[in-house]
Amino acid sequence: MTAKVTVHDPRGFAPVVTGKILAPRLASLDGKLIHLVDCLFDNSEVFMRQLRDWFAEHMPKVRTEIVKPRESWEDDPGMRARIEREADAAILGVGL
Amino acid sequence: MEGAGVPTVAVHTHVFARLVKTVTRANGMPTARQTFVPQPVVGRSPEELRAYIEGQDPVNKRPFMQGLIDGLVSPLTEADLHGISFERSTPRHLAPDSEENLQRLFEENRWTDYLPIVLPTGERVAAMLKGTRRRPDEIVGRMRPTRFREFWEYTVEKVAVNAVMAGAKPEYLPVILALAASGMTARQSSTTSWAAPAVVNGPIRNEIGMNAGIGALGPYNHANTTIGRAHALLSQNLQGGSVIGETYMGSQGNVWNYAATFPENEERSPWEPLHLQRGYKPTDSTVTVYLGGWYTLSAYGPRETWQERFRHMLAACEPFSAPILVMDPIVAHDFVKLGFGSKQKLIDWCAENSRVPAREYWDDPWVQTLIKPHAVAGVEPWATMLKAAPEEMIAKYRAEDISIVVVGGETQGGFRMISGSFSRAKTVSVDDWR
Repeated sequence: MTAKVTVHDPRGFAPVVTGKILAPRLASLDGKLIHLVDCLFDNSEVFMRQLRDWFAEHMPKVRTEIVKPRESWEDDPGMRARIEREADAAILGVGL
Repeated sequence: MEGAGVPTVAVHTHVFARLVKTVTRANGMPTARQTFVPQPVVGRSPEELRAYIEGQDPVNKRPFMQGLIDGLVSPLTEADLHGISFERSTPRHLAPDSEENLQRLFEENRWTDYLPIVLPTGERVAAMLKGTRRRPDEIVGRMRPTRFREFWEYTVEKVAVNAVMAGAKPEYLPVILALAASGMTARQSSTTSWAAPAVVNGPIRNEIGMNAGIGALGPYNHANTTIGRAHALLSQNLQGGSVIGETYMGSQGNVWNYAATFPENEERSPWEPLHLQRGYKPTDSTVTVYLGGWYTLSAYGPRETWQERFRHMLAACEPFSAPILVMDPIVAHDFVKLGFGSKQKLIDWCAENSRVPAREYWDDPWVQTLIKPHAVAGVEPWATMLKAAPEEMIAKYRAEDISIVVVGGETQGGFRMISGSFSRAKTVSVDDWR
């Protein structure tokens, strides 16, 4: 019979995950302001401009505005506060 | 923003679908609305990006814009109103099994680098822990695969477990603990295939028999190899994994992800060792960890045309990541003969001569993504660089981004430029972890 050994688990300690709820959705986008958040990845600004133009052409009652964080890969509390204050919804892109 | 009442949809490229699922789950909101366009966005024309917008979401198999609009207006479900809460505690020990089965288990769980590991039995881990005076339950630090991922935490014992797995000896543990304490992962998940080159300085190098001479950067020394491997293994296991598609996205990968720790050849260097630049004394032992290893350029010298060669090499280095000049002692001594009596003097020359046309500097994806926002915000020197005419020559590195490390056994007068910005590197005391 093969001898059994006991070994340590090599993994670190993960943080506890706490559930978060989503915001109530809008009944309609008509007349609403959507902030298009350019996450500053290379070429994402061009993507957001195309998205802005698509809304202007196909859903003209929707208002859009491109907004940008202060820098890439950093949380920008000022930008978040502005979105929370001014926008009815937000689209973030492109990238992670 | 969802928490503040703003309905939100995120747009990603399709190769990140698995990763997005993992991240949203770890953030307690697995039903956060996501839409996908094809990879890549970089380098695509406005017309091509418009076609993405008017086309299909390749992950959710529906029109992209339909998913985007539905994400903002479709009523919430029961799952949206709760999110998920859970704990992921890991046991101290695994269930007893045969060595063969445990080797397979470690490999199947992606806890190895696919080379055999030394199984971390209680006896071996206890022996490893004798390499430090620190308590096994002391917290060493936190690590994550990249920004915006969750930090995982680890103790001295957890670091020792991974050191055993790498085949390290107890006397190496202070260096391995210092690497872990840096919080610098050797398993970066960036799409750029980074590694974490690390340079050991001070008396510890000789105390544990590290090799700074012939073959220092190769598999020719037990301490160099197993310390580097320990940094790699502890990174993937203590940060919450390094799994392709979930916690690793490096497009090409990097051979330096196996092991990338080496000592400076202080005894044969004509210059001050690296850690003195960070305010340490020669009698201090440290390890300096870089985010780097993305490119390597090699050459010989300094020969008659060394200035031209250096300018060409510096121009070829990737702009976001300044080089570490890794020099054989022969090269370093020849530079002294040319009047470079200090590392700093040669670093300053390199910074001044790292000039490329402005259009070339700004035509880089990571300069665009990570540096341009600083330039736009008025941060110098980038703000001035952004105003330069397209053909104007601008210095792409600051002196504080460049470092020099003397390594090698003097069988050849060779040197390399290896990516690794010194301004982003961390130097950690090894003595604190003895």
